[in-house]
Amino acid sequence: MGWFVSDTFQLLLRHVKTTLRIPIWILVTLVQPVIWLALYGQLFRRIVDLPGFQVASYIDFLTPGVVIMTAFFGSAWSGMGLLSDLNEGVMSRLLATPVSRGAIIAARVLHAALTVVVQSSLILGLGLLLGASFANGLAGSLAVVLVAALLGSGFSAVSNGLALLARREETLISVINFFGLPLTFLSSAFIASVLMPGWIRAIARFNPVNWAVEAAREAVLGSDWAMVLSRASLLALFAVVCGVFATRAFVTYQRSL
Amino acid sequence: MRASDTIVVEDLTKRYRGGVQALAGISFTVREGEIYGLLGPNGAGKSTTVRILATLTRPDSGRAVVAGHDVLREPGQVRRKIGYVAQASGVDRWATGRENLLLQGHLERMPGRELRRRVDELLEQLGLQDAADRLVNTYSGGMRRRLDIAMGLVHRPAVLFLDEPTTGLDPESRALLWADLQRLRAEGSVTILLTTHYLEEADRLCDRLAIIDHGRVIVEGTPAGLKAELRGDRVTLEVEGNASQAVRALDGLPGVLEAVPNGTEVIARVSEGATAIPLLVTALERAGVAVSAVTLSRPSLDDVYLHYTGHRYRGEGEPEEASLAAGAARRA
Repeated sequence: MGWFVSDTFQLLLRHVKTTLRIPIWILVTLVQPVIWLALYGQLFRRIVDLPGFQVASYIDFLTPGVVIMTAFFGSAWSGMGLLSDLNEGVMSRLLATPVSRGAIIAARVLHAALTVVVQSSLILGLGLLLGASFANGLAGSLAVVLVAALLGSGFSAVSNGLALLARREETLISVINFFGLPLTFLSSAFIASVLMPGWIRAIARFNPVNWAVEAAREAVLGSDWAMVLSRASLLALFAVVCGVFATRAFVTYQRSL
Repeated sequence: MRASDTIVVEDLTKRYRGGVQALAGISFTVREGEIYGLLGPNGAGKSTTVRILATLTRPDSGRAVVAGHDVLREPGQVRRKIGYVAQASGVDRWATGRENLLLQGHLERMPGRELRRRVDELLEQLGLQDAADRLVNTYSGGMRRRLDIAMGLVHRPAVLFLDEPTTGLDPESRALLWADLQRLRAEGSVTILLTTHYLEEADRLCDRLAIIDHGRVIVEGTPAGLKAELRGDRVTLEVEGNASQAVRALDGLPGVLEAVPNGTEVIARVSEGATAIPLLVTALERAGVAVSAVTLSRPSLDDVYLHYTGHRYRGEGEPEEASLAAGAARRA
């Protein structure tokens, strides 16, 4: 256990340094949320006038949705880093040392979560700049960041697990492209759930992205903290299940060599 | 198994998913403190053997013991005692040389203070102290390779595995690396198993070596011993026309120990080169085979390989020594 913690920390440090040394990635991952917020925020500004929308300002509504969407996409790509470790022989070098096997996955997941925390804070700040106002202030914002990090942990574990099973960038890219947009649009990221067709609302109930969007929005704008807590618990459970999947995938990978 | 055997490999077999038989019962032993070479062409099973010994791959059957521990039953103990330098570098390009070494040392369970001292020492030994705090991405191929080896040595392992250590290096970097490895052997603190497809490298560095092909050991011995077992000289005859017809003409001639076709050449091992050449050429011309070039050489590992496998050694990137020599003879 002691080695698990210290190995995870050392490997996490490596991933963080790598991220900071290729700062262009931080920029690239923020371009999209800027476009979503600035462009869609303007384009669909009047959507809130639709009966039943219940929120007065679309930017207030959109910002938590974009936070979650960015967390989802960013962490879904997390397996690419592990693939490059596999391809460049870094994984073999690690596995020939006594390093805690669990730490290799844990460090990747924590790195994804940490990245989500930074990105979410920046996007919330950007939302404020663009005129959003969050009724629940700092506490609400912190809850959003936490919910985003939980979602990011889950999807980064899925992504790393898939990377270990598929071992090809092409496979990972197609899976993400195939599921990415549907999971986003089968949620209330852009539009209030009351305005969704019934079948979409039914599917959205089982969509972790939607759990996170609803929790995040309620945390900044609403007052139903029990709902936030229940969604956050679901997301924590989701992250654990995904973590188990990634760990099993790692065992399968090592056996297959 | 003797106490001085650091690596014992017994009848390892391995078939990959997809049906490739990588190992077909490979066996050898490596003694403490020596440099042992696995020499063979690509696909012979060298890397698979090393990966099994480094606990990265499981064999289908057979047994392997490294530094006193069975690789299947006690992989954790084995990992503490080995350094593994793979063919693919495995260093982190987006970290500095020092950071790579420090992380590796942490994962190898070295205490912090000793680790920092050891890293400084290694950087100096391998001439990397000026580049220590630069990103590995800016290193030359030779520097990166030296860092790889430093990573394998950081925790002072009992056994170091080097998989194709000089593949892709320019001749100067290769010579530097050979000097480093020779110094390591002189220190005598680490047993080295290296794989190579360069005959010259095996000849220069290895105390003993095994020639392997199709997943098994074909012959094992010291480089000098293997060459000494082949009596006589090598005569390479470049012929115009059918090489196998030429071989038939040479078989059974007095003084000819062996004749093997090789493309447009015939390689003959003869007891006395200088007197045999006129006889060989006359015999060939009598059989209607024109000879365009002749070279005479002492047996090399190439001949050892030829003798035991029946075909010429074709390592990737190996200079075509024989044809260069033939060209020189033609010009002369």
